[in-house]
Amino acid sequence: MSGVTMNEPLVADDVPRASRPLRQPRLPRWTPAALAAASVALGTGIGLGAGLNSRIQWGLIAVLLFVAGMYALAARVEGRRQAKDRLATSLVWVCFVLAVIPLVSLGWETISRGSKVLDGNFLTHSMAGVLTIQPGGGVYHAIIGTLEQVGIATAIAAPIGLLTAVYLVEYGRGRLAKAVTFFVDVMTGIPSIVAGLFILSFWILMLDFGYSGFAGSMALAILMMPVVVRSTEEMLKLVPNELREASLALGVPKWRTILKVVLPTAIGGIATGVMLAVARIAGESAPIVLLVFGSQLINNNPFDGAQSSLPYYIYEQWAAGNEASYDRAWAAALVLIAFVMILNLVARGIARWKAPKGGRR
Amino acid sequence: MEISSATADSPPPPAGGPATEARTKSATRPGDRVFLAFSRGSGILLLVIMAAIAVFLTVRATSALSKNEGNFFTTFEWTANGTPPVFGIAVLAFGTVVSSVIAMLIAVPVAIGIALFISHYAPRRLAAPLSYVIDLLAAVPSIVYGLWGALFLVPHLGGLYSWFDDYLGWTGILAYHDGAARSLFTIGILLAIMILPIVTSVSREVFLQTPKMNEEAALALGATRWEVIRMAVLPFGRSGVISASMLGLGRALGETMAVATVLSPGFEIGKSLLDPGGGTFAQNIASSFKESGEIGKDALIASGLVLFVLTLLVNGAARLIIARRKEYTA
Amino acid sequence: MAKRIDVSGLSAFYGAHKAIDDISMTVEPRSVTAFIGPSGCGKSTFLRTLNRMHEVTPGGRVEGKVMLDDENLYGPGVDPVSVRRTVGMVFQRPNPFPTMSIYENVAAGIRLNGDRVRKSDMDAIVERSLQGANLWKEVKDRLNKPGAGLSGGQQQRLCIARAIAVEPQVLLMDEPCSALDPISTLAIEDLIGELKERFTIVIVTHNMQQAARVSDRTAFFNLAGVGRPGKLIEIDDTERIFSNPSVQATEDYISGRFG
Repeated sequence: MSGVTMNEPLVADDVPRASRPLRQPRLPRWTPAALAAASVALGTGIGLGAGLNSRIQWGLIAVLLFVAGMYALAARVEGRRQAKDRLATSLVWVCFVLAVIPLVSLGWETISRGSKVLDGNFLTHSMAGVLTIQPGGGVYHAIIGTLEQVGIATAIAAPIGLLTAVYLVEYGRGRLAKAVTFFVDVMTGIPSIVAGLFILSFWILMLDFGYSGFAGSMALAILMMPVVVRSTEEMLKLVPNELREASLALGVPKWRTILKVVLPTAIGGIATGVMLAVARIAGESAPIVLLVFGSQLINNNPFDGAQSSLPYYIYEQWAAGNEASYDRAWAAALVLIAFVMILNLVARGIARWKAPKGGRR
Repeated sequence: MEISSATADSPPPPAGGPATEARTKSATRPGDRVFLAFSRGSGILLLVIMAAIAVFLTVRATSALSKNEGNFFTTFEWTANGTPPVFGIAVLAFGTVVSSVIAMLIAVPVAIGIALFISHYAPRRLAAPLSYVIDLLAAVPSIVYGLWGALFLVPHLGGLYSWFDDYLGWTGILAYHDGAARSLFTIGILLAIMILPIVTSVSREVFLQTPKMNEEAALALGATRWEVIRMAVLPFGRSGVISASMLGLGRALGETMAVATVLSPGFEIGKSLLDPGGGTFAQNIASSFKESGEIGKDALIASGLVLFVLTLLVNGAARLIIARRKEYTA
Repeated sequence: MAKRIDVSGLSAFYGAHKAIDDISMTVEPRSVTAFIGPSGCGKSTFLRTLNRMHEVTPGGRVEGKVMLDDENLYGPGVDPVSVRRTVGMVFQRPNPFPTMSIYENVAAGIRLNGDRVRKSDMDAIVERSLQGANLWKEVKDRLNKPGAGLSGGQQQRLCIARAIAVEPQVLLMDEPCSALDPISTLAIEDLIGELKERFTIVIVTHNMQQAARVSDRTAFFNLAGVGRPGKLIEIDDTERIFSNPSVQATEDYISGRFG
């Protein structure tokens, strides 16, 4: 067809030909590691020499030295394109390190400072009769509060969230389902303090109930519902249609099909979603400040009177502002993180154990 | 599949949902009816809750606004419990926006970096545990970040800030007068750390979805790794990263306890971002709640309503981008 | 512009699994060499070792030598990026960059190199490459439209234009017609016949008629069983392979007795 054009060269003579040697000068493989070590040493040296008192400054100097040095070296030895590639690689590594440092520090601080006063006594005593400037006291009342509030919130939010998800996946067509889907998304983004304000205006200011663990539970439930709906929805969608059809074809009514076939198939994933949601609300403190009010004493009744909770306890002990209370704050933070992490790990364990075959990525 | 069936009035059920309209309507058994009523009722309850949130906040807010002697939007003061009550959100709006913007400026590039690190740079053995750890970090309660920020981060930032002051103090906004670094800028850094996991994990998912064949096309042309990312990965993931950032922004705007713990509030808009002072919507609600009377609480609810609308807009924008992207890739 | 490929003792691995075992062959310049064989015999893997794309796959590893004229692609200090510029590749499914226009797709390889190319020169390169891929007449009026808007066959020719725009020495094609309709396939086959005057071409194909139509030499690959590495059974002039192969397995495969 256009064989004519093949007689002339594809590239005009005045264009430089891309006939490049395969062997390009490369920096040795150990260059980045060596340069990183040198930069850190130099950064520390400069920091010490100039008397900079913040390690953050030392680190920034080292990072700048490394990124610039790598670029300059590569540009000189390997050429501009390789240098750009090296620059991107070093920046990506720097991002990684930048992110890891605060997170490692967070974990380290919590564990090392938190383990100071964390013992059996701390876990089994309340703050009754303990002045904030005194050492001693514990989190027992806060643990009770957290367990009760989170438990009630889950008891409210899990069934509603689950049924909503069932509605959306198994029945939902038309405008109502669309509206629900949209508002579940909207609800996911509600700041926890706003949920707290809502219950405050409705339950406490209008209906004139007092502060209680239950009021906090309702705010937590609002935060939890959309998370449960979303994760349950995802899991139900993974249940193969053939299963439903097989059951319906046997003459099993739809509601029994859902209860006996669909939900059991997806139960692992649903449980995982619920536990992740529990882990999320267990750390919420903003609604507690507004609705549960905080207390130094053990109050086993979530429906009457102020309670404490672990996140609130941390805030309160921090606000007291002395060494003894800081120690308690860190210890409570350690307890809270351990609780949340265990929930997370268990949730992921369930997910792996109960994964529907072939349905999961 | 014929075109006609796709354009018919009732679209065929998607893979996830077996129900057809006919089958739903034939649910005449009592069990079916009860079950449907419960599940539909739950959905409706959710809508009612959302409506109630909007209504109750608005009602209380209007009652507060009617008693306000200041201008709600421009007054630089929050004495809602005084007589007469005077309060305005100018300082809070400024603080909320500024700290969130600082957080975004720090977190988004770093999150893209980490996401690329996990999806394209990290050795395979490191990538999986790393993304797992990032997901776990999203679960660290915000009060713990606050505690760490107040007792660890703040003391360590003083040196950095006086450095900024030495070299950039002439700009005014980066001037620093010694004292605890409990400022809006510190809040920005802390919020950046807090939203890093969510922005990272969403971006990572998008980057991992880049079609292999586009990456191979770039590689086969002799692209370096960075060029592959620039040609194939980033263009593909752009909208995903934008929506991830918006989700992060939504979190940053509404963050309460970490800010309340770290910030040393003040009801003025300071010239410098490094000096203490300022406030955010959420922080102000948590911090001044206990000293508030009836009108004070209503005033806080009014500021909460503004925050609610703000996060709705940001999250709505994020969802819109995600929905568009789904259409585009479908 | 075209170079000879000389492979000796080449094995490729996915992690611990050996995908192809000890392959040696010579690919003549300015000719078309076809790889045929049953699924899983490693012909695509082998093709991807010829421009060091195999190592892009996680766990991908290669042993042995691939000489391009007198240079070993796997020698120390050889930059895989330069190798891929010298040895171009066209994939099974057309894969134009979805965010780029037709023009930008063709220019992508040259732009990558960062050479300062004048606009007029770039226009000339794009036009010649598209003409070389028999696509110019169809797209010259919509060069700024997205490449993804073309038909499958056109997209594949766009990918060929993109590959030849950087003037490679060798062009590798991995089942380039398997996703196309018969008419587009014919267009690509005609194009291959023209391109072989300028490039060394290696094509993997499932379609034996296609191998017989387009290639000068044919290599037959086979594997001893599932999970066993693929091996080169024989390579010879296409005519001989299809009329009088020296190995029984080749004849069995070609006559349709298995595969």
